[in-house]
Formats: sequence, structure tokens, C-alpha cells
Amino acid sequence: MIYLNGNEYLKGSHVKERVDYVQVEQSEQFQQFMKERKRFILPYTIFFLVFYFLLPICTSYTSFLNTPAIGDISWVWIFAFAQFVMTFVLCIIYVKKAGALDKQAEQIIHDQIQKGGAA
Amino acid sequence: MSMTVIVLFLAIVLLTLIITYYAARRTKTTGDFYTAGGGLSGFQNGIAISGDYLSAASFLGIAGAIALNGFDGFFYSIGFLIAYLVVMFLVAEPLRNLGKYTLADMINARFDAKKVRGAAALSTITIVIFYMIAQLVGAGALIQLLFGIKYWIAVLIVGVMMTIYVLFGGMIATSWVQIVKAVLLMAGMVIISFLVLWKFNFNIGTMFTEVKSATSHGAAYLKPGIQYKDGLGTISLMIALVLGTSGLPHILMRFFTVKDAKMARSSVITATWTIGIFYILTLFLGFGAAAFVGQTKILEANPGGNMAAPLLAQAIGGEFLFAFISAVAFATILAVVAGLVLSGASAFAHDLYGQIIKQGKATERQQMLAARYASLAVSVFSILLALGAQKLNVAFLVSLAFCIAASANLPVILYTVYWKRFNTTGAITAILSGLLSALVLVSVSPSVFSPVPGAALFVGDPIFPLANPALVSVPLGFLGGYIGSILSKESDPKRYAEVKVKANIGYNEPS
Repeated sequence: MIYLNGNEYLKGSHVKERVDYVQVEQSEQFQQFMKERKRFILPYTIFFLVFYFLLPICTSYTSFLNTPAIGDISWVWIFAFAQFVMTFVLCIIYVKKAGALDKQAEQIIHDQIQKGGAA
Repeated sequence: MSMTVIVLFLAIVLLTLIITYYAARRTKTTGDFYTAGGGLSGFQNGIAISGDYLSAASFLGIAGAIALNGFDGFFYSIGFLIAYLVVMFLVAEPLRNLGKYTLADMINARFDAKKVRGAAALSTITIVIFYMIAQLVGAGALIQLLFGIKYWIAVLIVGVMMTIYVLFGGMIATSWVQIVKAVLLMAGMVIISFLVLWKFNFNIGTMFTEVKSATSHGAAYLKPGIQYKDGLGTISLMIALVLGTSGLPHILMRFFTVKDAKMARSSVITATWTIGIFYILTLFLGFGAAAFVGQTKILEANPGGNMAAPLLAQAIGGEFLFAFISAVAFATILAVVAGLVLSGASAFAHDLYGQIIKQGKATERQQMLAARYASLAVSVFSILLALGAQKLNVAFLVSLAFCIAASANLPVILYTVYWKRFNTTGAITAILSGLLSALVLVSVSPSVFSPVPGAALFVGDPIFPLANPALVSVPLGFLGGYIGSILSKESDPKRYAEVKVKANIGYNEPS
């Protein structure tokens, strides 16, 4: 039944002027793009998740964050504020990197899809 | 109810109706109705996303939680904020590149299977209904307090207003109500925070020293552990907060109201900055309320602490500020429930009626009618449920909605975009295992069963220990999707190549 739906898809509007996505996907250019994207997304995602979960883990299973840092402000608050700083910094980094990747993506559309179809 | 409150309240109602009038004239197609024709700018949409996110629960709820529980209340602010990094890095752009109106559209870009669409619509509708009841019951209780009117009248006012916005103005009205409200809310927050800081001589250190002796908790107020004593429970809550956001239907829908992935990105960026600043300000509101209103008075007004922010406005800014914050709180509730109606209606009218029953062959007129009927039905149904739920403790519904979003929707979104071996069977098992495990675990958890009468929905001992089961249900959602995919031989690498290319470079065939 699932395949029946798959056939419907083929009958759909996609049929005309189909782009060979497998070819695009396997192109050197796209592979390189994906490699760069992954190298950027994956480490940052792991980093912010670890940084985030360290907070409840530390507050639940340790007490060292309760020592004072500045006056009556203890380290747990500094850690909490650091989460905000981290978010803003990652936001800025993301915009920069994504902007650079956009250019590559446009290039792929240009080289692989638009020209690729004609050549 | 003072004259100022009535005037500001009516001003908000009038303003939103004017917006709806203009939006109605611009709402001509189903695309306009569901997604404002994709015509919002990244900045506008970012403000609207912030608006969707800064619901009464976060504005009044977190301020109250910080006022009453100190650091533990601030956990919410952090969880909701970091959630935006998940949206930014993993979800927003692929979602925009693949989807049209709904989550199901996005998953179906890969599978084209009615069962998958049905399952995605089911989880969307479940989340919307639960979240909506929680919002409406909270709204009723709150407006009752703010304006001194009866609960059922309050629910009806909110219900009728949201229905009008959605029915006539669709997503254009909903977005602009959301934008106006977000700006008003931020203005109110900045004014109150400024006044609070002024009272502390603009010295953060003084503020911390003062609140240390302002509450019955003493020095413990500034330490974690007042509310969340159990480690696994805390971590489980934090999982639901950080992963649930990227699965909430009314948030997901917001990424279809812009033209392309670049705009979706700039929306998330705007939203992250706005929400980040907002959540820092919740701290000043919470501490301010603890110091200048006092816990006794906050608890007297409402045991959940929801009145902390309005009472603080009254204490430091007088009657006008109180009236302003009350009116903004009202607008907040209206805008959020309108967004919920719209996302529920899209699942019914677009996914179930348009794509499954009519197989995508419904005429524009039929689709539009279906969208409006579905909006009306979702509204009436939730109003009725909310009217009947006044006496129930429904606070757990919010955590349930987040939990289902994290367990049922997020795994399938991530698998669809990032996992080659994923298939139709996997998509269905991912959604169903996440949905069912969240539902079952919450229904036997301390949120539903408590030995103390009135503390939860039923009296009794909970079978499952965690109030928020995300720690178990999210892995079950991922596991369900994994096992389902592995057990089925079906695989379509050609289709995945297409999805991968489209999701990542944002190419769409000219149609």
C-alpha cells in the first residue's frame, strides 16, 4: 500500500522536468558542502546540549555551584547567565557560518541543477 | 475593576479587531489563511515567534515561579531559551525547505504515505487540544482575577475573540496580533525591570543581597533545590523544555509564514535575541515581586504565583502600570490561543480533509471552507472542554504537550532530514511510540495522581515517579522510529537524495 502511494507521487506534478537528485547528491560539490555543514552543525549541537545539561546535573548531584562568586551571587547564577551568553554567541556564529554555506548552496543550484539539466 | 483597566482592555480588543478587519481583506487563498501567504519578513516573523513563545505561562508563570522558588523558577527560562538553539541548528531551515503548511507536509516530502500524514496530524491535534485547554483554563482563572469577572464569562470572551481572529483573519491576523502583543509585552517588561533595578539602585549585587532576606526560604532562595529536589526529575523536565519547543505545532507552523529558509533563519535569530532578553528580565520581575510584593501576598492572590507580575506592577508602578500589564496579559493569552487554533485547524482541514480524504484534489474554495469550519470546530470544542475543566488541576497538560512534542514530533523531524535508512514504517512507529509513551507515562505520573487531594487530577499513588516523563518517553520515540525502520525492508534512497538536497540547499522546483 505504501508503494501505491509512492506511485501516486510519480504521477504527480514532479514528473515534468525532473531533476536528477541522485546525481546532485553524489556530486563532489554537494558532498563537500554536506561535509562542511556537518562539521559545523554537529560539534556545536553536542557542545550546547552538554553545556545545558551540565547545569541540572551539577545542581542535582553536586553542591560546588553554591559557593559564592561575586558577593551574594553564587556560581550557579554565573553558570545560568553563561547559558545566555552562550546562546547569543552561538547565534552570531551560526549567522556567519550559514551565510557562507548559503553561497555554496546557491553555487550548487547553479552548477548542478540549472546547468546540470541543460548540459 | 477600575476605569483604567476597562479602557485599556477595550483598547486592546479594538486594536486587534482593526487588525483582523484588514487581515480579512487580505486573506484570499488557503495559503494566506494558513501561512499569511509566506509574506512575513524574517524580522516580523521573529517577533511573532517570540510572541507565540511568550505566552501567559512564561510571562506570568515564570515570574511567579522565580518569585516563589528562586533559582528553580529560572530553570524554565534557561530551558526555553536553549530550545531555540535546537530549532536554529537542526530544525528551522530543513523544515522550511521541505514543508508547506504543516509538520505532516514536511514528513510527507519524503514518504507520501497517508498513514504517516494521519499519524503526524494525530500528534499535532493531541498537542493542540491539551495545550489549548491548559491555556484556556489558565486564561479563565487569570482574567477572573484581573478583571473580577466570572470564570465562564472570561473563557467565553477569550474563546470568542480567538475564533474571530482566526475565522476571519487567518494567519495574517494571528501574526499581527502576536506582533503587536509581543512589542507591548516587551515594553511592559522593560519598564517594570527598570523600576525594579531603580529600587535596587541599579546594583545587581544589592538585588541578590536583598532577596536573600526577603523570603521565607532565606539564603536557600538563591540556591537550586527548593522545588526540584530529585535529580532525575529535574533532568527530565529540562529535556522536555529543550526538545519540546522544536516539536510544538504552533511554533513549527511559524516557519512556513516566511518565503524561504534564509528568512526562517533570520526569524529564529530575531526570536532568540528577543526571547533571551525577555528571559533575563523574568529574573528582575521574579526577584522584584519577591522583594516588593512578598510571597504571602503573591500566594494569597493565586497559589500558582501567576499574579506575581501584575502585583509587582501595581506595587512599584501604581494603578496604571497594573492596568497596562493586565491588558497585555489578556492580549498574550488571545494571541497564543489563536495560533493554537490555527495549527489545530491546519491538521484537520489540510492534512485529514484535504490530503487524506480528498487526496489533494480539493478545490481552493473547498479547502478554504474546510479551513474555516475546522477552525470553528477546534475553537468550540476547546471552549467547551475548558468550561468543563474549571475545577480540575490542569497544570500537567502543559508539560504533557511539551512531552508529546519532544517524544513524538522531534524524532520524526530529525530522522526525516538526517537519517537515510528511515522509512514509512519507522515514521509511523516513531510518532506513535512517542505519543503513546508520553500519554501513558503522564497519566500514571505524580502530575495526575497525588495522594494529597487537589494537588493533582486524581487522588492516589502514582505508578511512575517522574512528573515529566521526557527522560523515558523521548528515547522511546527515537527507539520506536529506529526499530520500525529496521524491521521494514522498505527504503527509497532516490527519494532520500531528493529530500537531502532540498532540505540542505533549499532548492525548489519551479512549478
